[in-house]
Amino acid sequence: MADLQESLKAVNKDKAERTDIERCREDFPILARKVHGKPLAFLDNAASSQMPDVVMHAYTDYHSRYHANVHRGVHLLSQEATSAMEQAREDIRELINAGSAKEIIFTSGATDAINLVMQSWGRANIGEGDEIIISTMEHHSNIVPWRMLCDEKGAVLKVIPISDEGVLDLDAYASMFSNRTKLVGIVYVSNTLGTINPVDEMTRIARAHDVAVLVDGAQAVSHLKVDVQQIDCDFFVTSGHKMYGPTGIGILYGKQELMEKMPPWRGGGDMILSVSFDEVIYNDLPYKFEAGTPHIAGAIGMGKAANYIKTVGYDAIHHKEQELLMYATEKLQAIDGLRIIGTSPEKSSVISFVVDGIHPHDIGTVLDLEGVAVRTGHHCTQPLMERLGIVATTRASMAMYNRKEEIDQLVTALHKATEIFR
Amino acid sequence: MDDKLSQLYQQVVLDHNKTPRNFRVLDPADFESLGYNPLCGDKYKVFLNIDEHNIVTDISFIGDGCAISKASASMMTTFVKGKHIDEIEKLFHQFHDMAQGKLDPENDPNDLGRLKIFYGVRNLPARVKCATLCWHTLHAAIKGKEKVTTE
Ligand SMILES: Cc1ncc(COP(=O)(O)O)c(C=O)c1O
Repeated sequence: MADLQESLKAVNKDKAERTDIERCREDFPILARKVHGKPLAFLDNAASSQMPDVVMHAYTDYHSRYHANVHRGVHLLSQEATSAMEQAREDIRELINAGSAKEIIFTSGATDAINLVMQSWGRANIGEGDEIIISTMEHHSNIVPWRMLCDEKGAVLKVIPISDEGVLDLDAYASMFSNRTKLVGIVYVSNTLGTINPVDEMTRIARAHDVAVLVDGAQAVSHLKVDVQQIDCDFFVTSGHKMYGPTGIGILYGKQELMEKMPPWRGGGDMILSVSFDEVIYNDLPYKFEAGTPHIAGAIGMGKAANYIKTVGYDAIHHKEQELLMYATEKLQAIDGLRIIGTSPEKSSVISFVVDGIHPHDIGTVLDLEGVAVRTGHHCTQPLMERLGIVATTRASMAMYNRKEEIDQLVTALHKATEIFR
Repeated sequence: MDDKLSQLYQQVVLDHNKTPRNFRVLDPADFESLGYNPLCGDKYKVFLNIDEHNIVTDISFIGDGCAISKASASMMTTFVKGKHIDEIEKLFHQFHDMAQGKLDPENDPNDLGRLKIFYGVRNLPARVKCATLCWHTLHAAIKGKEKVTTE
């Protein structure tokens, strides 16, 4: 009897701890803020999403109770810091279903992770005349490092074309491979268009040509269940601040066999087993790629963010965000002179748009003064903008905690903008 | 309309945005310069003729960008035409200071006249560069430089 009551209690406790998506908004204190005297409608989640209080508490907890360096102290605080950071690694591993926590390298973000791959794997494996395939809709962070490498090595950057709707041309992609192709770098979810790319299929095609694949998942992890083993990519990168975690932290996932063969990039403490002036023996994964003191608080926070996502659950997130996307699409389309940029059938909760006769930057200011935070500009995708023949867009990007009322606030503010400029 | 909003987008600004003055290529031009703000993609070219007394005899601009940047460029061209380049240099610094809130055009000595209308951008840090882009470009043209960016 006592046993039964105990287990019932446990079930109820479990329920109470499970975050209900309709109430998750309460976990994000910043969303109650006012800006310019108006309630904040935060629709700039693709740039950085907000943090739930569990993430902030973990951050403060580290600083107020066990702030110490990792992997080097015999004292309790250092041990606690080490185990919290390693727990975070494990929590992130679980979220993206990596086979081992050794395959999770902490970096300062997605950009840093791509640069790590470029500097280590890229410089060792790409030579003159070799080819790298990326897509038209890449973020600058998945263009510039490869452009730099190509310039250094005399390699060739090839670009997968897209349709006017913002969908990759997969036939063109499949025919781009040659025996010089060494790498495919592809964005999972476009930060500008919202397009979700078929990374599983694309990796399969690359595999058939024995070509390595890097998936830029910066915009994926907060929206959809990522399974790096199912995708079967060699590398996967993401940033903490785009998945309800802190800035300054991110990860590189890489297949263990591959990363074991890769030379270290940065040298320093933590990434070594022993050092003399004549010889250095490098540490094992993942530390081989984590030179110097890491962003410990950030890593811990990112781990908590990963757990937060698991608690809410991807099914609930997907359902809610797709509902917001449909609602916003319908409402925005009804505005005179507004055109949505990016209409892929497979789309995450991001809407870029242009309005006749009003520059996005002016829209951004009007919206800001109405309490609506959006991003305007080229969104670090200048080649994509050029392909679409536009200079800039206004982008509203929704997260699990957004509400229809905020879309309404956006729409009202847009009407105000059109009033001013017509 | 909201206070800040109406201060920023005054009728004059909206009008210059819709029908910019001196919006053409000047050919031939003694000087020209390209101004670019990578943040929002604003891109303008300013053309300039200066006579032997260092007076700006003609000025024009082309390009595209937000309402603030375009209206600012348009009003700048009407304002500096016929002025000596030393005077323009002074205006450049005054305008710059005003946009950053370092100069109060109502109370501090200045020659900004109707350009005071851009005082409103000081409240909106993200828009300061929009208002000053054309001035940087003009400044560079006079100095014989080729290209400026406000990033
Ligand atoms: C698709 C995509 N990739 C990479 C990045 C770079 O992320 P970070 O700036 O956190 O390194 C971003 C950020 O905007 C992004 O949207």
